[in-house]
Amino acid sequence: MSKPKVGFFDFASCEGCQIELTNYGDAAFVELLNHIDIVEFREAMTETAEHLTIACIEGSFTREADRGRLENIRERSDIVIAYGACASTAGVNALKNHQKDFRKDVYGEDRNMPHLYSNDRAVPISEVIKVDYNVYGCPMDKYEFLDIVSHLVHGKEPVIPNHPVCIECKHNETICRYFEGDHCLGPVARAGCRAPCPADGIPCEACRGFVDNPNEEAMEKVLIKKGKLPEARAKHKSRIFTAFCRSDA
Amino acid sequence: MKKDINIDVHHLTRVEGHGNIKVNIKSGKVEECTWQVPEAPRFFESMVRGRHYSEVARITSRICGICSVGHTLASVKASEAALGIKNTTQTTKLRSLLKHAENFDSHVLHVYFLVAPDLFGAPSVFPLIPTHTEIVKRALRLKRLGHEWGSLIGGRTTHPTTVVPGGFTKLPTAEDLKALKEKLVAAVPDLTATVETVLSVAGKVPAFERQTEYMALSSDEEYGMYDGQIQTIMPDGKKQRYPVSDYKKVTNEWVSPNSTAKYCKNKMESYMAGALARVNNNIGQLHPEALKIAEMFGFKAPCFNPYMNSVAQLIEVAHSAYEGLRLIDELLATGLKEEGLVAPTKFAKGAGATEVPRGILYHEYEYDNDGMCVKANCIIPTNQNHANIQKDFDKLVPELLAADKSEDEMRLALEMLVRSYDPCISCSAHYLDVEFVS
Repeated sequence: MSKPKVGFFDFASCEGCQIELTNYGDAAFVELLNHIDIVEFREAMTETAEHLTIACIEGSFTREADRGRLENIRERSDIVIAYGACASTAGVNALKNHQKDFRKDVYGEDRNMPHLYSNDRAVPISEVIKVDYNVYGCPMDKYEFLDIVSHLVHGKEPVIPNHPVCIECKHNETICRYFEGDHCLGPVARAGCRAPCPADGIPCEACRGFVDNPNEEAMEKVLIKKGKLPEARAKHKSRIFTAFCRSDA
Repeated sequence: MKKDINIDVHHLTRVEGHGNIKVNIKSGKVEECTWQVPEAPRFFESMVRGRHYSEVARITSRICGICSVGHTLASVKASEAALGIKNTTQTTKLRSLLKHAENFDSHVLHVYFLVAPDLFGAPSVFPLIPTHTEIVKRALRLKRLGHEWGSLIGGRTTHPTTVVPGGFTKLPTAEDLKALKEKLVAAVPDLTATVETVLSVAGKVPAFERQTEYMALSSDEEYGMYDGQIQTIMPDGKKQRYPVSDYKKVTNEWVSPNSTAKYCKNKMESYMAGALARVNNNIGQLHPEALKIAEMFGFKAPCFNPYMNSVAQLIEVAHSAYEGLRLIDELLATGLKEEGLVAPTKFAKGAGATEVPRGILYHEYEYDNDGMCVKANCIIPTNQNHANIQKDFDKLVPELLAADKSEDEMRLALEMLVRSYDPCISCSAHYLDVEFVS
């Protein structure tokens, strides 16, 4: 691949994954720019481009008004990467998808004002346009992103992990959250982040989504039996980042 | 000259990321001049209903990727108020150290990557890499330092992991803190060079003033950042304090028929939050090294020029660096102890506030007896500044027109004004598609 032209775009998100790009430090970031040209990046630049080799799209699709913009990015891009949890799995945005009264709760009597319009459900961008690769995680792991871009630049297929976070905790020799009297979604969560949360003393909330074919029923039982969560809480536990990945989505 | 000007900036979505500027001038008469924020709502207050108190900050941190440390801190403070949790001194100091890391990190990002291109006449930081290589590398070094500093205390800077109600789930080691101190001390030459760089282009900061009210956290003990009471300073210099639990009485959210975004007001029609509001309220408590920078820029409080918010940020970068050093020394002197988490003593309603880089941030939650959230409210600084930006527009546009500014100059002045507030919309302001019809 000749030096790819890369763009960054955002929809419903916190833009934290784009901020991660500024955290590589001077040496790594300047080196990255030896291999890619960043040609469009609303958060940081005024310039725009007609054609993109790689479009990195952050954020979920939450309203019809954004469909055209997504389709336009797809049309002018060779490769589309869903960049971060909101784009790849709908992430935290889908947490209110099962609620019927979220508009009323937040906006009360103003909820029917046209500018507050939002679809009933937040969905990943793959529901609207074809996505070639996913960079999972909330926030995305900036080194996994480098790895994926590096594969693409060298004409190789990136490897996206499909094993649970538990394996990474074992590898790190992190004591299991369940042994610490806590709970954790590690058994069904997609790895690739190197499991920083359990190592920092908090449960994995599966921000990278589920592995393929997760056993949700068994997970719920583990949350109740080993994690001592009340049934109602165990049932809703995985909604925080994986509401759209659940079988009841 | 009787000009026709039509500025129509649209296609902008989220409140944190996008904004609209509309100016319509016919025969020299301003017919429309509005700042709008059409928001793709994400309904966080609804999302946290039914979630356990241990999960709430992990969710609301996702409101903003740039100030997720601040959202986490405001959230745990509100939960702690609702749960009757009194933190240890060590926790408060570590959180304060984390708060300064975010302030440093975010201000470096804003001043270098979003404001500086305007002052250097570039569309973004990227064309500056070959022409101003050392400045860009210095910016990336300082940004990385802010990131490493915050990550050491909070686990990471984008959505911290270790900050939970009642304390920290993981502590840095004394060795970690010593290493951080060395890095901060080593960064002093970069800070000095940053001040020189901004001073060299300070003449490009527009001269514009409008008297308004400024709101910030304030405390007798220190410059208000992590903690304090609400304070406002009026144009005549009079200050008044309010307890954080009264936050609704000073923010008074209301829906304007002229704008889609909610506005806030206290005593005046609008108020400003952010670095300028903090310095205006609490300048006497700045670190002496930060005060030196204020003097170099001729900064006098209260300063009524919103464009000077970027200079106030620069002053705070130094303040946070030196306060960081002080806090590290204090923590090293007492030694870090594994304390465990302070448990809830009640389940009720409570509010918390902290200063995020772009201004005072309020969270409030109510919990049921199982520790599950039943009601939430968050008032972010961006929303508090909308009305003030609008009032600035109302004064600035006729002044620019009277000064017979060109279309490009007027566009740039409006974009720079929005950017100077750094309301997470500064980034989108680079995207503004401003159309003039003359």
